[in-house]
Amino acid sequence: MTMPENIIIVKDLVKKFGNFTANDHLTFEVKKGEIFGFLGANGAGKTTAIRILCGLSYPTSGILTVAGYDIYSQRELIKKNIGYMSQKFSLYEDLTVFENIRFYAGIYGLSKKEIEERSERLLERLDLQTARNKLIADIPLGWKQKLALSVAIIHDPKIVFLDEPTGGVDPITRRQFWDMIFETARNGITVFVTTHYMDEAEYCDRVSIMVDGRIAALDTPANLKEQFHVASMNDVFLRLARSKVTTEE
Amino acid sequence: MKRFWGFVVKEFFHIFRDYRTLLILFGMPAVQLMLFGFVLTNEIKDARIAVLDLSKDETTRKLTEKITSSGYFLLDRNLSSFNQIEPAFREGNIKMVIVFGKDFEKKLKKENAAKVQLIGDASDPNTANILVNYASGILNSSLLTMNAGQIPLQILPETRMLYNPELKGVYMFVPGLMAMLMILISALMTSISITKEKETGTMELLLASPLRPAQIIIGKVFPYVFLAFIDACVILLLANLVFGVPLAGSVFLLLLETLLYIIMALSLGILVSTVTNSQQIAMMVSLMALMLPTILLSGFIFPIANMPQIMQWLCAVMPPKYYIIIIKGIMLQGNGLAFLWRETLVLVGFTTIFILLSIKNFKTRLA
Repeated sequence: MTMPENIIIVKDLVKKFGNFTANDHLTFEVKKGEIFGFLGANGAGKTTAIRILCGLSYPTSGILTVAGYDIYSQRELIKKNIGYMSQKFSLYEDLTVFENIRFYAGIYGLSKKEIEERSERLLERLDLQTARNKLIADIPLGWKQKLALSVAIIHDPKIVFLDEPTGGVDPITRRQFWDMIFETARNGITVFVTTHYMDEAEYCDRVSIMVDGRIAALDTPANLKEQFHVASMNDVFLRLARSKVTTEE
Repeated sequence: MKRFWGFVVKEFFHIFRDYRTLLILFGMPAVQLMLFGFVLTNEIKDARIAVLDLSKDETTRKLTEKITSSGYFLLDRNLSSFNQIEPAFREGNIKMVIVFGKDFEKKLKKENAAKVQLIGDASDPNTANILVNYASGILNSSLLTMNAGQIPLQILPETRMLYNPELKGVYMFVPGLMAMLMILISALMTSISITKEKETGTMELLLASPLRPAQIIIGKVFPYVFLAFIDACVILLLANLVFGVPLAGSVFLLLLETLLYIIMALSLGILVSTVTNSQQIAMMVSLMALMLPTILLSGFIFPIANMPQIMQWLCAVMPPKYYIIIIKGIMLQGNGLAFLWRETLVLVGFTTIFILLSIKNFKTRLA
């Protein structure tokens, strides 16, 4: 069997806030080791879904399994096996680079020795040894972003969730950051990434595009472009968004 | 447990890296205590007065002497007519004018009654009130001693001020200050530090980590319990050593009640942080909803018994009120738990309610 196993299984996920349905019967699977792009305009329901998958919020209904654990009854086990990076990069500005690494490694229960080893390796890989004792407030945004991803995977999770990780940085830094994402995937960590940059969608193994709380399309970028007879993911997205406008009118 | 301590260590780093927080934490108690102890005092010293003596006899001379030698008053000038009274006040130095009526001594001896008028400058009502009270007290007591033996039946009240014989203002302020500062440090600081994590997005990361929500919250408030407790000890020491505020009751009980009050304030801070998402709002809520009532409605400055009924009901739901009663009871009266169990229970009740509400809010937010 070469079929990779599904590391995230979502079946009929519904999330309602009062009368508003943020996630309307989402059904999808994420395969182990792939880079799964979760696309959609602002307000399409991406963040709601990612929060549910990370155990930050409960679904209204649906069957969900993350890293082989049930989202209702095995949340603690899920939390140990995932990493999460938010769009704000979320490092403590008044702590140094090393203190941030040590803190996040600490809350995932790594031993002192492991923390020392891994942070040295991490700093070396990011070429940040000189900044080891600098406050986060004093280092450039691009460094913070890379550091945030490294910290999110310091405990070797099975999956890492990246919620719009490239917001607000320049194209070159974005490209470098994607190199890090590729490396993460090569190391066997499944990457679940949300973005609204359509060029980034091309880098994903598979993408799902959300429109108004539903999954409007889900396939590899190549297949999607072929299906819609367009040259880029941006055009795929525009097609889907436009069909939404026409159905509304 | 190891994870939890890592979390606490991080929290201490936050506090010690921010010199402004540190300044508030340790500078404020000392400064406030000095302010309240030395500056904001109701005691009167050397208030300038003028005397209009229309009688100019032996008795009025003696009375004037008594008043000016009391230490409270300083004779600024003698007036010779009623028209001089207003200009004297207008100049601003004079706080009170004493007018002795005509033929003071004669009337006093013949009719057993003579007229003294005390005119206060009520543009500052509190001071005027106190001055007039002091002056009439001195007048009464000296008249009684002068007339001793001449009036057949008289009542001589002997007053004793229990628990605070010198009526020192600082005795009042120390309990109030403790109540205020503990609320400030515990509620304000924790609500700010929790909302800060929400603002920077680190709260999400913490919630997505294997740390339990309870561990996160306890980890966040633990350093503040510790710091607030140190602050309480500093205030008590200063109050005792610098201002001579007594510690009549059990220090152990006092510290225990203080700890209870700190935990109550922390749970209030947590509650504030569950309903707001920004540091600014948390700060405003804490200041407006906690600080002002603590100062105004806790009996700290204004006696609750004198308030309108509605305000008294409002005071009844102010936790600092009970804490102030407790520590006044312990410090000044030397009371034990036998007298203070009701107030203690009320504080426990408040704490439980705040914690339950916080948990409820927290769950709704996650759902």
